[in-house]
Amino acid sequence: MTIPNIVGAGLIVIGAGLGIGRIGGQAMEAIARQPEASGKIQTAMLIAAALIEGIGFAALFAA
Amino acid sequence: MQRKPVVSLLFFFLIAFLPLSVLAQEDMHLKEIAPGVEGEQGVKEEIKEYIDHHLLDSHDFSLFSYTKDNGEHVYVGFPLPVILWDDGLKVFSSSKLHHGEAVAEAGGNYYKSYHNKIYRTNAEGDINLDDHHHPTNVKPLDFSITKNVFTILIVGLLMLWMFSSMAKSYKKGALPKGMGRFLEPIVLYIRDDIAIPNIGKKHYKRYMSFLLTIFFFIWIINLLGLTPLGVNVTNNIAVTFALALLTFLITNFTANKSYWGHIFWMPGVPKLMRIVLAPIELLGIFIKPFSLLIRLYANITAGHIVLMSIIGLMFIFKNWIGSSLSFGLAFALALLELLVAALQAYIFTMLSALYFGQAVEEHDDH
Repeated sequence: MTIPNIVGAGLIVIGAGLGIGRIGGQAMEAIARQPEASGKIQTAMLIAAALIEGIGFAALFAA
Repeated sequence: MQRKPVVSLLFFFLIAFLPLSVLAQEDMHLKEIAPGVEGEQGVKEEIKEYIDHHLLDSHDFSLFSYTKDNGEHVYVGFPLPVILWDDGLKVFSSSKLHHGEAVAEAGGNYYKSYHNKIYRTNAEGDINLDDHHHPTNVKPLDFSITKNVFTILIVGLLMLWMFSSMAKSYKKGALPKGMGRFLEPIVLYIRDDIAIPNIGKKHYKRYMSFLLTIFFFIWIINLLGLTPLGVNVTNNIAVTFALALLTFLITNFTANKSYWGHIFWMPGVPKLMRIVLAPIELLGIFIKPFSLLIRLYANITAGHIVLMSIIGLMFIFKNWIGSSLSFGLAFALALLELLVAALQAYIFTMLSALYFGQAVEEHDDH
């Protein structure tokens, strides 16, 4: 593993972490506002998180 | 307090599999790594090799192996049939290959396994390597029942038994018995929370069988990956490719006119934009299943590598603080992997349902 690869992998992890963290945080907020919609919010949250994760993994493999 | 049935099922799997998997995997490592200890570098190399080996498919089903005092490798497990197409069908047992240590002779040709891939060699079993350490030997077409294929077949039979016994119990009454009691809430969950909201009431029945199959297949096979059997099917990119290919084919062959209309001639946007959008949408058809296959593959591979690395730390630290620390970490991670096993199955099913829903959606309101 060379240094650019490692730096790239780090950047990817930062980006994906920020993205998933934001999704999680916003979902929490949404559930707090509307607890009765928590099921739907959770599903949407998981899908969005999975999509970001997929991109993250694809980039990690390229790095 | 009333607990949801899904939750109690998860607890059941947790209790049934977890101690077994963590303890036995460590046991396996001990036997594998401990005899060859020669300084720290040697251990690190050996752990790396062990992880690499675990991630590959193999031609035999070995549960664990150890080295005798006289240097002889002993493998505990059973051989699987090797089926090659090399100027005719060649079938022999993988025990002839001796885990890559011996040359197998079949029908006048000699074969040797090198890094779990079978090559045709001369009678001495020489593997010729090029400058990049890739073998230049002829590689026959390999249709072998490998460890992964074997596991897939076993899971298929297991699912056939599980679901046919469940179906049979419904003939006797509305309440399922035995296996069906575990499965009914999950089946209903997939129907009510995955299929119907995403595909719609009108069309969901066509896709239910596929969604159920794919969910339980991925889930069971992921859970098996956490047991001491050491099977590791969903981190084979060919397996996840096949699964995603099924989603791709079903999506495109059941798609209606409005789906294709949205791809080639997007309604509701300016004419010029339609021309720009068409190739992007066309690419999207392939990117969607591609992301499915990469996601499943990468998640399971990453999980296995991290789990095995943490277990491997024990043999690098070699003191009680480091070992108990990595045991705790491995335990926590194994718990997380249990969640990931179910989550990945859920995501795959969910996204498949989403794509099917897009394929059959009717746009009367446009």
